[in-house]
Amino acid sequence: MADRQIRSANRRAVSYIDKSREFYAAQGYEAPYQWAVHDDAPFQPPKAPLTRARIGVVTTAFPVNSSKPKRVLAAKANPAPQAMYTADLSWHKQATHTNDVASFLPLQALRLATEAGTVGATSHRFYCLPTRYSQRATLEDGAKIVDWCKEDRVDAVILVPL
Amino acid sequence: MSLVARQIEEAGIPTVVIGSARDIVEECGVTRFVFTDLPLGNPMGPPENSDAQNHTLRLALSLLESADNPRTTVQSPIRWPTEEWRDSYMLVDSQNRAALLAEGEARRRAKAAH
Repeated sequence: MADRQIRSANRRAVSYIDKSREFYAAQGYEAPYQWAVHDDAPFQPPKAPLTRARIGVVTTAFPVNSSKPKRVLAAKANPAPQAMYTADLSWHKQATHTNDVASFLPLQALRLATEAGTVGATSHRFYCLPTRYSQRATLEDGAKIVDWCKEDRVDAVILVPL
Repeated sequence: MSLVARQIEEAGIPTVVIGSARDIVEECGVTRFVFTDLPLGNPMGPPENSDAQNHTLRLALSLLESADNPRTTVQSPIRWPTEEWRDSYMLVDSQNRAALLAEGEARRRAKAAH
């Protein structure tokens, strides 16, 4: 208990890697999940100012009536969806809810930013990425999203995992 | 998701990740990251709090323009009203340990029978 009070008092980011390792070990799984690790990251400076840029959005949530199993997809961004399917994703179901789509998908906020002239435009589609436990499978889905972003002439992408 | 951010960036399109699992995103290594220190599920801001959600978007947009190095993280000042969620997610303690093991065993049996 003292340990828990200290952790809260110091308020530092929760380690989800540690938490999930402990949780699945407690469930009797021996091999811990291998998270991706890189020392470096690519860097592409913006080619156009934001006021002229078209922004795309990627989410791990899916439209409510998507077929199962989930496949990477592009969905209409306007009007912004009123509800999204999130029940199968890992999020803190005791502490919060996902009934307010704007709490995880910034389409409404982007529309306001576009109207205010802060950004040029929002892509007419947003992109839904299934959570898959294989990096190879995720990169196949990612290649599809890259193609769609090019097709839609997107200048910058905001990715929002739940 | 972070892997795909890297992939899009490598394809020549700048990206920014907004998320609440700081360690997962930073271990993977992304170009730009807005960290919102909230329970998983609402990375843009608490439900029904459009001021917070719009603020998070503004942070992401300004990071797109201002970052001049990869692996740049900005932390949002938005806070959850309580702190209890930090401990309660995927909690393992003496009270649920036996139940968690039983759950795992049931899942493995179902998978083996499949």
